[in-house]
Amino acid sequence: MILGVELAYWQVTILKIVLGMTAVLLPAGTLVYAYLFKAVSFMQSRLGPMEAGPYGSMQLLAEVGKFLQKEDIVPTKADRLLFKLAPYVVLVSTFLLVLVVPFSVDDTFLNLDTGIYFAMAVSSVSVIGILMAGWASANKYSLMGGIRAAGQLIAYELPMILAIVGVVIQAGTLNMNGIVSAQWHGEIFGWGGIGNPYILTQFVGFFIFLIAVQAELTQTPFDMPIAESELVAGYLTEYSGLRFLLFFIGEFATMGIFSLIASVLFLGGWTIPWFFDFDSNAYNVIGPLVMMGKMMIVAFLVVWARFSFPRFREDQLQRLAWKFLIPISLINIAATAVLKVVF
Amino acid sequence: MLAALLAQANPTGDGLFVAQNIAFGVIAAVMLVSAWRVVTTKNVVHAALYLVIVLAGVAAQFLLLGAEFIGVTQVLVYIGAVIVLFLFGIMLTRAKLGEDDTVAREHRLMAALVGVLLFGVMAWAVVDDYSDTHVDIVSPNTTAMVSDAIFSQYLIPFEVVSMLLLAALIGAIVVARKD
Repeated sequence: MILGVELAYWQVTILKIVLGMTAVLLPAGTLVYAYLFKAVSFMQSRLGPMEAGPYGSMQLLAEVGKFLQKEDIVPTKADRLLFKLAPYVVLVSTFLLVLVVPFSVDDTFLNLDTGIYFAMAVSSVSVIGILMAGWASANKYSLMGGIRAAGQLIAYELPMILAIVGVVIQAGTLNMNGIVSAQWHGEIFGWGGIGNPYILTQFVGFFIFLIAVQAELTQTPFDMPIAESELVAGYLTEYSGLRFLLFFIGEFATMGIFSLIASVLFLGGWTIPWFFDFDSNAYNVIGPLVMMGKMMIVAFLVVWARFSFPRFREDQLQRLAWKFLIPISLINIAATAVLKVVF
Repeated sequence: MLAALLAQANPTGDGLFVAQNIAFGVIAAVMLVSAWRVVTTKNVVHAALYLVIVLAGVAAQFLLLGAEFIGVTQVLVYIGAVIVLFLFGIMLTRAKLGEDDTVAREHRLMAALVGVLLFGVMAWAVVDDYSDTHVDIVSPNTTAMVSDAIFSQYLIPFEVVSMLLLAALIGAIVVARKD
């Protein structure tokens, strides 16, 4: 049932595929234009793209056209099949990731029982694609970049999952809509006016989650895998044209989706306090808009950090994850569990 | 979600899942071919990547049985961590492109023997124990059911396994430390 129209299974499936593409590509395009092109330019006292379209708004189309007409070069000694397949493996991970993000009670692609756990599992598949790209390029810089990426992504997946465990303990469910519901129905010392967005109680978790997202997306200060001053462009060195574009879209689409997941876990998801009941049908329309708004806020934090901090050294990166983030998140879990039992 | 799908797939409730059986056969065939390629390919990286397909197939079979949590765990642990560590190790040490003739093959017979023996024992144990058991997959295993089982019925084995893992971790650190 969608807007009172009964749809067959295949019609719903086609609708979901179209909306899934939108949910991946729209945030990616928005983030690239609004933040990578414009916000950063303003931070650096320049205007950014101004020529294509009014205020440079058609620059994205120009960029896509530029990449599409470039030659798709495969190095002679490369492992052709793996080299060509790698960007698609990364994209598969991105598209699977968006499936569990809820945009309202009914606007979900898959209302999985394992919700956030599924998201963590499929997000780790992208490492395989990056390792494939690094190895198949037959290039020492690419291989170094791939290995760095793998080490980094393994190291930061742990604090990310441990940060989420705190939220899961508090909500008592892995289901994404369940987590939103728990925040809406939560109370702050008996006052339920704005529910209980977990950024208030799990602020340590939110902070660790954001740092881990920064590292998982290989954004500066954690961009050692593609460090241009050391590794040319890391695992992306040999890629050109469409395949480079696919990696690029994957990076920013994943940034958008991780921001969506962060807003579900910590910012109350698709709900706004006061205005509507939790079960209100209005959320089926404004839920996606609320999610996009919260996504823009979280993604801005990511981009802000990206353009404010210099790059870490490889050993500093590993030390930060294993010696600081993981112990802190373990303490956070223990504290959350104790407080959950006490209250 | 899975419960609804399973109910849809078997509206008569007589335990006959045509779609599931076909999917099982297709996935099993893909897994068998990939598993064969894992041991026959002459490139170590290719072998690890074929192993990804096998393990993804295992996860898919778990999903077909309605064991959502176990299937997702399979992806997270094996594809997301174990295979990545394999590839990481291979690429740090030896990562030749193309065919690698130095891949050790002299233990082929022993490996085949161990494989056949293991398959025989496992198959016999499973057939002997469960051939008469009817698994009711109309109600899938939810995460809550899994956690309830682990923390009540299987609490002691669970704790023993965690102690074993802790011991392995400490052992690894002791082996890796030089001073």
